[in-house]
Amino acid sequence: MTGRRRRWAVLRGDRRRESLVGQRFHVDIAACDGYGTCAELVPELIRLDVWGYPIIGDEVIQTQLAAHAHRAVRFCPKLALTVVPADPR
Amino acid sequence: MTIAPPFNEAPPRLLARWLQTGRPADLAEHARQYRRPATDSGAEIIRAVTAAGLRGRGGAWFPTGRKMQAVATHGAAAGAAYVVVNAAESEPASSKDQLLLQAAPHLVLDGAELAAVAVGARQVSVCLTRGAEGMAELRTAIAERRAAGWHRAGVSITAVGTPRWYTSSDATALARFIGGGPAKPQALATHVRGVRGKPTMVSNAETFAHIALIARYGARWFREVGTSDAPGTWLVTLSGAVVRPGVYEVPVGASAADIIALAGGASEPWQAMLLGGYCGSWLPAEAMLDRPLAPEALAAAGVAPGVGILIGLPANACGLAETARVVTWLAGQSARQCGPCFNGLPAVAEELAALTWHRDRRALSRARFDLAMVYQRGGCAYPNGTVALTESALRVFADDVRRHLAGGGCDWVTRAPTLPLPEPLPAGEPWR
Repeated sequence: MTGRRRRWAVLRGDRRRESLVGQRFHVDIAACDGYGTCAELVPELIRLDVWGYPIIGDEVIQTQLAAHAHRAVRFCPKLALTVVPADPR
Repeated sequence: MTIAPPFNEAPPRLLARWLQTGRPADLAEHARQYRRPATDSGAEIIRAVTAAGLRGRGGAWFPTGRKMQAVATHGAAAGAAYVVVNAAESEPASSKDQLLLQAAPHLVLDGAELAAVAVGARQVSVCLTRGAEGMAELRTAIAERRAAGWHRAGVSITAVGTPRWYTSSDATALARFIGGGPAKPQALATHVRGVRGKPTMVSNAETFAHIALIARYGARWFREVGTSDAPGTWLVTLSGAVVRPGVYEVPVGASAADIIALAGGASEPWQAMLLGGYCGSWLPAEAMLDRPLAPEALAAAGVAPGVGILIGLPANACGLAETARVVTWLAGQSARQCGPCFNGLPAVAEELAALTWHRDRRALSRARFDLAMVYQRGGCAYPNGTVALTESALRVFADDVRRHLAGGGCDWVTRAPTLPLPEPLPAGEPWR
Protein backbone atom coordinates (compact mmCIF):
# COMPACT_ATOMS: atom_id res chain seq x y z
CA MET A 1 0.00 0.00 0.00
CA THR A 2 1.40 3.43 -0.88
CA GLY A 3 1.91 6.19 1.68
CA ARG A 4 -1.08 8.22 0.57
CA ARG A 5 -3.46 5.27 0.59
CA ARG A 6 -2.14 4.07 3.93
CA ARG A 7 -2.85 7.52 5.33
CA TRP A 8 -6.44 7.43 4.19
CA ALA A 9 -6.83 4.00 5.68
CA VAL A 10 -5.78 5.47 9.04
CA LEU A 11 -7.96 8.55 8.65
CA ARG A 12 -11.10 6.74 7.58
CA GLY A 13 -10.80 4.65 10.64
CA ASP A 14 -11.00 1.31 8.88
CA ARG A 15 -7.84 0.70 10.79
CA ARG A 16 -8.85 1.32 14.37
CA ARG A 17 -6.61 3.28 16.63
CA GLU A 18 -5.49 0.10 18.26
CA SER A 19 -4.13 -1.03 14.90
CA LEU A 20 -1.51 1.71 15.14
CA VAL A 21 -0.12 -0.14 18.11
CA GLY A 22 3.02 -2.02 17.21
CA GLN A 23 3.59 0.06 14.08
CA ARG A 24 6.00 2.95 13.73
CA PHE A 25 5.89 6.38 12.17
CA HIS A 26 7.21 7.12 8.72
CA VAL A 27 7.62 10.60 7.25
CA ASP A 28 7.74 11.41 3.55
CA ILE A 29 10.61 13.82 4.08
CA ALA A 30 10.26 15.36 0.61
CA ALA A 31 6.66 16.28 1.35
CA CYS A 32 7.40 17.52 4.89
CA ASP A 33 7.74 21.29 5.29
CA GLY A 34 8.71 21.23 8.95
CA TYR A 35 5.48 22.49 10.54
CA GLY A 36 6.34 20.50 13.64
CA THR A 37 2.79 19.43 14.42
CA CYS A 38 3.80 15.81 14.85
CA ALA A 39 6.51 16.56 17.40
CA GLU A 40 4.04 18.76 19.26
CA LEU A 41 1.47 15.97 19.44
CA VAL A 42 3.71 12.95 20.07
CA PRO A 43 6.96 14.30 21.58
CA GLU A 44 7.55 10.84 23.05
CA LEU A 45 8.27 9.43 19.59
CA ILE A 46 9.08 12.40 17.36
CA ARG A 47 11.76 15.05 17.92
CA LEU A 48 12.69 17.93 15.66
CA ASP A 49 16.16 18.62 14.28
CA VAL A 50 17.76 22.08 14.36
CA TRP A 51 15.95 23.01 11.14
CA GLY A 52 12.58 21.87 12.42
CA TYR A 53 12.25 18.58 10.56
CA PRO A 54 11.08 15.46 12.38
CA ILE A 55 13.51 12.82 13.61
CA ILE A 56 11.75 9.51 13.99
CA GLY A 57 13.29 6.70 15.95
CA ASP A 58 12.75 2.99 15.68
CA GLU A 59 10.33 2.80 18.60
CA VAL A 60 6.94 1.30 17.89
CA ILE A 61 3.70 3.00 18.91
CA GLN A 62 2.48 1.78 22.31
CA THR A 63 -1.15 1.49 23.37
CA GLN A 64 -1.10 4.59 25.58
CA LEU A 65 0.12 6.73 22.67
CA ALA A 66 -2.18 5.34 19.98
CA ALA A 67 -4.71 8.18 20.24
CA HIS A 68 -1.95 10.80 20.04
CA ALA A 69 -0.34 9.00 17.14
CA HIS A 70 -3.63 8.90 15.30
CA ARG A 71 -4.06 12.63 15.83
CA ALA A 72 -0.53 13.34 14.60
CA VAL A 73 -1.17 11.51 11.34
CA ARG A 74 -4.51 13.25 10.95
CA PHE A 75 -3.27 16.76 11.53
CA CYS A 76 -0.02 16.74 9.50
CA PRO A 77 -0.51 19.84 7.31
CA LYS A 78 1.48 18.32 4.42
CA LEU A 79 -0.02 14.81 4.73
CA ALA A 80 3.59 13.62 5.09
CA LEU A 81 3.20 11.49 8.21
CA THR A 82 2.12 7.86 8.02
CA VAL A 83 2.53 4.67 9.99
CA VAL A 84 4.25 1.60 8.60
CA PRO A 85 4.65 -1.96 9.89
CA ALA A 86 7.54 -2.07 12.35
CA ASP A 87 9.48 -4.99 10.88
CA PRO A 88 10.71 -4.04 7.41
CA ARG A 89 12.71 -0.83 7.28
CA MET B 1 62.54 -11.06 -16.49
CA THR B 2 59.56 -8.98 -15.58
CA ILE B 3 56.62 -10.49 -13.83
CA ALA B 4 53.44 -9.24 -15.44
CA PRO B 5 50.86 -8.16 -12.90
CA PRO B 6 47.63 -10.12 -13.25
CA PHE B 7 45.70 -7.25 -14.84
CA ASN B 8 48.04 -7.25 -17.83
CA GLU B 9 47.04 -10.81 -18.62
CA ALA B 10 43.47 -9.65 -18.95
CA PRO B 11 42.92 -7.71 -22.14
CA PRO B 12 40.27 -4.99 -22.18
CA ARG B 13 36.80 -6.09 -23.21
CA LEU B 14 34.55 -3.09 -23.61
CA LEU B 15 37.26 -0.89 -25.06
CA ALA B 16 39.14 -3.64 -26.96
CA ARG B 17 38.04 -2.49 -30.40
CA TRP B 18 38.51 1.18 -29.55
CA LEU B 19 42.08 0.59 -28.39
CA GLN B 20 42.88 -1.28 -31.62
CA THR B 21 41.35 1.11 -34.11
CA GLY B 22 41.21 4.40 -32.22
CA ARG B 23 37.88 5.31 -33.77
CA PRO B 24 34.26 4.78 -32.80
CA ALA B 25 32.83 1.43 -33.91
CA ASP B 26 29.96 1.97 -36.33
CA LEU B 27 27.46 -0.81 -36.92
CA ALA B 28 29.45 -2.39 -39.76
CA GLU B 29 32.52 -2.66 -37.58
CA HIS B 30 30.48 -3.79 -34.59
CA ALA B 31 28.91 -6.54 -36.72
CA ARG B 32 32.35 -7.68 -37.88
CA GLN B 33 33.53 -7.99 -34.29
CA TYR B 34 30.44 -9.47 -32.65
CA ARG B 35 27.81 -11.87 -33.86
CA ARG B 36 24.25 -11.07 -32.97
CA PRO B 37 23.50 -12.62 -29.59
CA ALA B 38 21.72 -15.88 -30.29
CA THR B 39 19.23 -15.93 -27.47
CA ASP B 40 15.73 -14.52 -27.58
CA SER B 41 14.67 -15.92 -24.25
CA GLY B 42 14.37 -13.39 -21.46
CA ALA B 43 14.75 -16.05 -18.79
CA GLU B 44 17.93 -17.28 -20.43
CA ILE B 45 19.44 -13.77 -20.47
CA ILE B 46 18.66 -13.27 -16.79
CA ARG B 47 20.08 -16.69 -15.98
CA ALA B 48 23.33 -15.87 -17.81
CA VAL B 49 23.71 -12.44 -16.17
CA THR B 50 23.01 -13.94 -12.75
CA ALA B 51 25.48 -16.78 -13.29
CA ALA B 52 28.08 -14.27 -14.50
CA GLY B 53 27.76 -12.44 -11.19
CA LEU B 54 27.62 -9.06 -12.92
CA ARG B 55 27.17 -6.16 -10.49
CA GLY B 56 26.04 -2.68 -11.50
CA ARG B 57 28.80 -0.25 -12.44
CA GLY B 58 26.89 2.91 -11.57
CA GLY B 59 28.33 2.91 -8.06
CA ALA B 60 26.06 0.67 -6.00
CA TRP B 61 27.43 -2.68 -7.24
CA PHE B 62 23.99 -4.22 -6.93
CA PRO B 63 23.74 -7.69 -8.53
CA THR B 64 22.35 -6.99 -12.01
CA GLY B 65 20.72 -10.39 -12.46
CA ARG B 66 18.73 -9.87 -9.28
CA LYS B 67 17.63 -6.42 -10.43
CA MET B 68 16.53 -7.79 -13.81
CA GLN B 69 14.61 -10.61 -12.16
CA ALA B 70 12.85 -8.15 -9.84
CA VAL B 71 11.87 -5.83 -12.72
CA ALA B 72 10.71 -8.81 -14.80
CA THR B 73 8.58 -10.17 -11.96
CA HIS B 74 7.05 -6.83 -10.96
CA GLY B 75 6.71 -5.86 -14.62
CA ALA B 76 4.73 -8.97 -15.43
CA ALA B 77 2.36 -8.15 -12.58
CA ALA B 78 2.09 -4.47 -13.55
CA GLY B 79 1.62 -5.16 -17.24
CA ALA B 80 4.55 -3.03 -18.38
CA ALA B 81 8.21 -2.37 -17.69
CA TYR B 82 10.84 0.07 -18.87
CA VAL B 83 14.59 0.12 -19.35
CA VAL B 84 16.68 3.23 -18.73
CA VAL B 85 20.35 3.42 -19.72
CA ASN B 86 22.04 5.88 -17.40
CA ALA B 87 24.83 7.66 -19.25
CA ALA B 88 24.01 11.03 -17.69
CA GLU B 89 27.36 10.92 -15.88
CA SER B 90 26.95 14.05 -13.80
CA GLU B 91 30.13 13.27 -11.84
CA PRO B 92 32.49 16.08 -12.85
CA ALA B 93 35.56 13.79 -12.72
CA SER B 94 34.05 10.97 -14.77
CA SER B 95 34.13 10.51 -18.51
CA LYS B 96 33.92 6.73 -18.83
CA ASP B 97 30.27 6.54 -19.89
CA GLN B 98 30.68 9.23 -22.50
CA LEU B 99 33.77 7.48 -23.85
CA LEU B 100 32.08 4.07 -23.88
CA LEU B 101 29.01 5.40 -25.63
CA GLN B 102 31.15 7.04 -28.29
CA ALA B 103 33.65 4.20 -28.70
CA ALA B 104 31.23 1.27 -28.67
CA PRO B 105 27.66 2.58 -28.84
CA HIS B 106 26.27 -0.65 -30.26
CA LEU B 107 27.63 -2.70 -27.38
CA VAL B 108 25.65 -0.53 -24.94
CA LEU B 109 22.56 -0.57 -27.17
CA ASP B 110 22.77 -4.36 -27.68
CA GLY B 111 22.88 -4.79 -23.93
CA ALA B 112 19.95 -2.44 -23.44
CA GLU B 113 17.86 -4.37 -25.97
CA LEU B 114 18.75 -7.69 -24.35
CA ALA B 115 17.75 -6.26 -20.98
CA ALA B 116 14.49 -5.02 -22.46
CA VAL B 117 13.77 -8.53 -23.75
CA ALA B 118 14.67 -9.96 -20.35
CA VAL B 119 12.45 -7.68 -18.27
CA GLY B 120 9.65 -7.42 -20.84
CA ALA B 121 10.13 -3.75 -21.72
CA ARG B 122 9.14 -2.24 -25.05
CA GLN B 123 10.84 1.08 -24.53
CA VAL B 124 14.48 1.89 -23.79
CA SER B 125 15.57 5.43 -22.91
CA VAL B 126 19.25 6.28 -23.16
CA CYS B 127 19.95 9.27 -20.92
CA LEU B 128 22.72 11.74 -21.69
CA THR B 129 23.17 15.06 -19.93
CA ARG B 130 22.07 17.95 -22.12
CA GLY B 131 25.00 19.61 -23.80
CA ALA B 132 27.25 16.57 -23.36
CA GLU B 133 29.15 15.44 -26.41
CA GLY B 134 27.87 12.43 -28.26
CA MET B 135 24.13 13.03 -28.47
CA ALA B 136 24.22 13.35 -32.29
CA GLU B 137 26.41 10.25 -32.57
CA LEU B 138 24.06 8.31 -30.31
CA ARG B 139 21.05 9.26 -32.44
CA THR B 140 22.98 8.22 -35.55
CA ALA B 141 23.80 4.85 -33.98
CA ILE B 142 20.16 4.23 -33.05
CA ALA B 143 19.02 5.09 -36.58
CA GLU B 144 21.77 2.93 -38.08
CA ARG B 145 20.54 -0.16 -36.20
CA ARG B 146 17.00 0.38 -37.31
CA ALA B 147 18.00 0.90 -40.94
CA ALA B 148 20.16 -2.22 -40.98
CA GLY B 149 17.59 -4.35 -39.19
CA TRP B 150 20.04 -5.06 -36.37
CA HIS B 151 17.60 -3.82 -33.72
CA ARG B 152 15.17 -6.05 -31.91
CA ALA B 153 11.60 -6.00 -33.12
CA GLY B 154 9.24 -4.68 -30.48
CA VAL B 155 11.88 -2.68 -28.59
CA SER B 156 12.25 1.00 -29.41
CA ILE B 157 15.24 3.02 -28.25
CA THR B 158 15.12 6.78 -27.66
CA ALA B 159 17.94 9.15 -26.76
CA VAL B 160 17.00 11.56 -23.97
CA GLY B 161 18.80 14.76 -22.98
CA THR B 162 18.56 15.19 -19.21
CA PRO B 163 18.96 18.28 -16.95
CA ARG B 164 22.47 19.20 -15.88
CA TRP B 165 22.05 19.02 -12.10
CA TYR B 166 24.24 16.54 -10.23
CA THR B 167 21.24 14.91 -8.55
CA SER B 168 19.41 14.54 -11.89
CA SER B 169 21.43 11.46 -12.81
CA ASP B 170 20.03 9.56 -9.82
CA ALA B 171 18.07 6.49 -11.00
CA THR B 172 14.79 7.65 -9.49
CA ALA B 173 15.26 11.18 -10.87
CA LEU B 174 15.73 9.81 -14.39
CA ALA B 175 12.66 7.59 -14.07
CA ARG B 176 10.63 10.58 -12.94
CA PHE B 177 11.98 12.75 -15.75
CA ILE B 178 11.22 10.21 -18.47
CA GLY B 179 7.69 9.92 -17.11
CA GLY B 180 7.22 13.66 -17.61
CA GLY B 181 8.19 15.01 -14.18
CA PRO B 182 11.14 17.02 -12.89
CA ALA B 183 14.52 15.23 -12.82
CA LYS B 184 14.55 15.14 -9.01
CA PRO B 185 15.05 11.99 -6.93
CA GLN B 186 12.05 10.39 -5.30
CA ALA B 187 11.73 7.88 -2.48
CA LEU B 188 10.46 5.02 -4.63
CA ALA B 189 12.36 1.93 -5.71
CA THR B 190 12.59 2.05 -9.52
CA HIS B 191 12.35 -1.73 -9.83
CA VAL B 192 8.85 -1.45 -8.38
CA ARG B 193 7.71 2.01 -9.40
CA GLY B 194 9.86 3.79 -11.97
CA VAL B 195 8.88 5.37 -15.28
CA ARG B 196 5.15 6.22 -15.22
CA GLY B 197 4.85 4.21 -12.01
CA LYS B 198 5.87 0.98 -13.76
CA PRO B 199 8.76 -1.32 -12.83
CA THR B 200 11.92 0.03 -14.46
CA MET B 201 15.44 -1.24 -14.84
CA VAL B 202 17.74 1.76 -14.49
CA SER B 203 21.40 0.83 -14.86
CA ASN B 204 24.66 2.43 -15.80
CA ALA B 205 25.61 2.40 -19.50
CA GLU B 206 28.67 0.27 -18.72
CA THR B 207 26.51 -2.38 -17.07
CA PHE B 208 24.52 -2.83 -20.29
CA ALA B 209 27.70 -3.21 -22.34
CA HIS B 210 28.76 -6.05 -20.01
CA ILE B 211 25.32 -7.66 -20.46
CA ALA B 212 25.87 -7.61 -24.24
CA LEU B 213 29.16 -9.45 -23.85
CA ILE B 214 27.77 -11.97 -21.35
CA ALA B 215 24.96 -12.82 -23.81
CA ARG B 216 27.59 -13.60 -26.47
CA TYR B 217 30.40 -15.22 -24.56
CA GLY B 218 28.66 -16.61 -21.50
CA ALA B 219 28.97 -16.47 -17.74
CA ARG B 220 32.07 -18.63 -17.53
CA TRP B 221 33.98 -16.32 -19.87
CA PHE B 222 32.83 -13.28 -17.91
CA ARG B 223 34.19 -14.74 -14.68
CA GLU B 224 37.66 -15.30 -16.13
CA VAL B 225 38.79 -11.93 -14.82
CA GLY B 226 37.87 -9.87 -11.79
CA THR B 227 37.16 -11.18 -8.31
CA SER B 228 34.82 -14.04 -7.47
CA ASP B 229 32.54 -11.59 -5.70
CA ALA B 230 32.63 -8.99 -8.47
CA PRO B 231 33.75 -10.58 -11.73
CA GLY B 232 34.63 -8.81 -14.97
CA THR B 233 36.36 -5.59 -15.86
CA TRP B 234 35.37 -2.05 -14.99
CA LEU B 235 36.04 1.35 -16.46
CA VAL B 236 37.91 3.80 -14.26
CA THR B 237 38.39 7.48 -15.03
CA LEU B 238 41.79 8.36 -13.62
CA SER B 239 42.85 11.96 -13.05
CA GLY B 240 44.91 14.11 -10.70
CA ALA B 241 48.64 13.55 -10.33
CA VAL B 242 49.22 11.02 -13.14
CA VAL B 243 51.22 11.20 -16.35
CA ARG B 244 48.34 10.18 -18.65
CA PRO B 245 44.94 10.87 -17.16
CA GLY B 246 42.11 9.08 -18.91
CA VAL B 247 39.71 6.14 -18.89
CA TYR B 248 41.24 2.73 -18.17
CA GLU B 249 39.57 -0.66 -18.32
CA VAL B 250 40.91 -2.99 -15.64
CA PRO B 251 39.68 -6.15 -13.94
CA VAL B 252 37.72 -5.54 -10.77
CA GLY B 253 40.31 -6.05 -8.04
CA ALA B 254 43.14 -4.22 -9.79
CA SER B 255 44.75 -1.86 -7.29
CA ALA B 256 45.22 1.87 -7.68
CA ALA B 257 48.91 1.18 -8.23
CA ASP B 258 48.01 -1.12 -11.15
CA ILE B 259 45.89 1.57 -12.78
CA ILE B 260 48.54 4.24 -12.20
CA ALA B 261 51.08 1.96 -13.90
CA LEU B 262 48.84 1.79 -16.97
CA ALA B 263 48.70 5.58 -16.98
CA GLY B 264 52.45 5.94 -17.14
CA GLY B 265 52.94 6.42 -13.42
CA ALA B 266 52.26 9.23 -10.97
CA SER B 267 53.40 12.70 -12.01
CA GLU B 268 53.87 13.66 -8.35
CA PRO B 269 53.83 11.55 -5.18
CA TRP B 270 50.27 10.95 -3.95
CA GLN B 271 49.21 11.71 -0.38
CA ALA B 272 45.64 10.47 -0.83
CA MET B 273 43.19 9.40 -3.47
CA LEU B 274 39.51 10.03 -3.97
CA LEU B 275 37.68 6.87 -4.99
CA GLY B 276 34.12 6.84 -6.29
CA GLY B 277 33.64 10.48 -7.20
CA TYR B 278 32.05 13.21 -5.12
CA CYS B 279 29.85 10.78 -3.23
CA GLY B 280 32.88 8.57 -2.66
CA SER B 281 35.65 8.48 -0.06
CA TRP B 282 39.15 9.76 0.46
CA LEU B 283 41.69 7.01 1.07
CA PRO B 284 45.21 7.50 2.38
CA ALA B 285 47.58 6.69 -0.48
CA GLU B 286 50.22 4.87 1.53
CA ALA B 287 47.86 2.36 3.09
CA MET B 288 45.55 1.86 0.14
CA LEU B 289 47.60 2.09 -3.07
CA ASP B 290 48.12 -1.66 -3.29
CA ARG B 291 44.76 -2.76 -2.00
CA PRO B 292 42.51 -4.43 -4.59
CA LEU B 293 39.74 -2.07 -5.65
CA ALA B 294 36.82 -4.45 -5.23
CA PRO B 295 33.74 -4.36 -3.03
CA GLU B 296 34.75 -7.13 -0.64
CA ALA B 297 38.39 -6.05 -0.27
CA LEU B 298 37.40 -2.45 0.44
CA ALA B 299 34.59 -3.35 2.82
CA ALA B 300 37.31 -4.37 5.28
CA ALA B 301 38.48 -0.75 5.24
CA GLY B 302 34.92 0.48 5.67
CA VAL B 303 34.58 1.93 2.16
CA ALA B 304 32.87 0.97 -1.10
CA PRO B 305 34.40 1.30 -4.56
CA GLY B 306 31.47 3.34 -5.84
CA VAL B 307 31.57 4.49 -9.43
CA GLY B 308 34.85 4.14 -11.36
CA ILE B 309 36.58 7.39 -10.57
CA LEU B 310 40.07 7.66 -9.11
CA ILE B 311 41.72 11.00 -8.43
CA GLY B 312 45.28 11.25 -7.13
CA LEU B 313 45.91 14.11 -4.72
CA PRO B 314 49.52 15.33 -4.92
CA ALA B 315 51.55 15.45 -1.73
CA ASN B 316 51.65 19.24 -1.53
CA ALA B 317 47.94 19.81 -2.20
CA CYS B 318 45.45 20.38 0.61
CA GLY B 319 42.74 17.74 0.77
CA LEU B 320 40.76 19.72 3.30
CA ALA B 321 40.54 22.82 1.12
CA GLU B 322 39.75 20.68 -1.93
CA THR B 323 36.92 18.97 -0.05
CA ALA B 324 35.53 22.24 1.31
CA ARG B 325 35.30 23.58 -2.23
CA VAL B 326 33.57 20.47 -3.58
CA VAL B 327 31.12 20.21 -0.67
CA THR B 328 30.08 23.82 -1.27
CA TRP B 329 29.31 22.86 -4.84
CA LEU B 330 27.49 19.68 -3.77
CA ALA B 331 25.33 21.65 -1.34
CA GLY B 332 24.11 23.74 -4.26
CA GLN B 333 23.16 20.64 -6.25
CA SER B 334 20.47 19.44 -3.84
CA ALA B 335 17.07 19.07 -5.46
CA ARG B 336 15.72 21.15 -2.52
CA GLN B 337 13.02 18.64 -1.71
CA CYS B 338 14.00 17.42 1.75
CA GLY B 339 14.66 19.81 4.62
CA PRO B 340 17.54 17.90 6.24
CA CYS B 341 19.37 17.86 2.86
CA PHE B 342 18.83 21.41 1.63
CA ASN B 343 19.42 22.87 5.09
CA GLY B 344 22.07 20.44 6.27
CA LEU B 345 24.43 20.33 3.30
CA PRO B 346 24.90 24.13 3.08
CA ALA B 347 25.47 24.14 6.85
CA VAL B 348 28.15 21.45 6.54
CA ALA B 349 29.75 23.33 3.63
CA GLU B 350 29.86 26.55 5.63
CA GLU B 351 31.36 24.81 8.65
CA LEU B 352 34.03 23.15 6.51
CA ALA B 353 34.92 26.52 5.02
CA ALA B 354 34.99 28.10 8.48
CA LEU B 355 37.40 25.54 9.87
CA THR B 356 39.52 25.59 6.71
CA TRP B 357 39.83 29.32 6.22
CA HIS B 358 38.86 31.00 9.49
CA ARG B 359 40.49 28.78 12.13
CA ASP B 360 37.05 28.23 13.62
CA ARG B 361 37.52 25.45 16.19
CA ARG B 362 33.85 25.19 16.98
CA ALA B 363 33.07 24.67 13.32
CA LEU B 364 34.61 21.21 13.51
CA SER B 365 32.27 20.00 16.23
CA ARG B 366 29.33 21.74 14.57
CA ALA B 367 30.20 20.00 11.32
CA ARG B 368 30.33 16.61 13.07
CA PHE B 369 26.94 17.28 14.66
CA ASP B 370 25.35 18.36 11.38
CA LEU B 371 26.82 15.41 9.48
CA ALA B 372 25.13 13.06 11.92
CA MET B 373 21.94 15.11 11.56
CA VAL B 374 21.91 14.79 7.76
CA TYR B 375 22.94 11.15 7.43
CA GLN B 376 20.09 8.88 6.31
CA ARG B 377 17.59 11.71 6.63
CA GLY B 378 17.04 12.54 2.98
CA GLY B 379 14.49 10.92 0.72
CA CYS B 380 17.33 9.62 -1.46
CA ALA B 381 20.94 8.63 -0.84
CA TYR B 382 22.38 11.95 -2.03
CA PRO B 383 23.06 13.56 1.36
CA ASN B 384 24.65 10.30 2.56
CA GLY B 385 27.22 10.62 -0.22
CA THR B 386 28.22 14.10 0.87
CA VAL B 387 28.43 12.89 4.46
CA ALA B 388 30.72 10.03 3.41
CA LEU B 389 32.98 12.39 1.46
CA THR B 390 33.22 14.91 4.30
CA GLU B 391 33.76 12.32 7.03
CA SER B 392 36.49 10.60 5.03
CA ALA B 393 38.18 13.98 4.51
CA LEU B 394 38.10 14.78 8.24
CA ARG B 395 39.62 11.34 8.90
CA VAL B 396 42.27 11.19 6.17
CA PHE B 397 43.27 14.86 6.44
CA ALA B 398 43.19 15.02 10.24
CA ASP B 399 46.68 16.55 10.21
CA ASP B 400 45.55 19.26 7.81
CA VAL B 401 42.57 19.98 10.04
CA ARG B 402 44.92 20.48 13.00
CA ARG B 403 47.27 22.62 10.96
CA HIS B 404 44.47 24.83 9.66
CA LEU B 405 42.99 25.28 13.12
CA ALA B 406 46.42 26.16 14.50
CA GLY B 407 46.75 28.85 11.85
CA GLY B 408 49.49 27.11 9.90
CA GLY B 409 49.35 28.28 6.32
CA CYS B 410 47.99 26.38 3.39
CA ASP B 411 49.41 26.90 -0.05
CA TRP B 412 46.31 25.52 -1.73
CA VAL B 413 45.53 28.90 -3.26
CA THR B 414 48.85 28.91 -5.09
CA ARG B 415 48.03 25.82 -7.15
CA ALA B 416 45.14 24.87 -9.39
CA PRO B 417 42.57 22.66 -7.66
CA THR B 418 42.96 18.91 -8.27
CA LEU B 419 39.23 18.17 -8.08
CA PRO B 420 37.41 19.47 -11.16
CA LEU B 421 34.12 21.34 -10.94
CA PRO B 422 31.87 22.28 -13.85
CA GLU B 423 30.88 25.84 -14.73
CA PRO B 424 28.20 27.03 -12.32
CA LEU B 425 24.68 26.51 -13.66
CA PRO B 426 22.84 29.72 -14.55
CA ALA B 427 20.02 30.98 -12.33
CA GLY B 428 16.79 29.27 -13.31
CA GLU B 429 18.50 26.17 -14.70
CA PRO B 430 15.57 23.83 -15.37
CA TRP B 431 14.87 20.50 -13.66
CA ARG B 432 12.66 19.56 -16.61
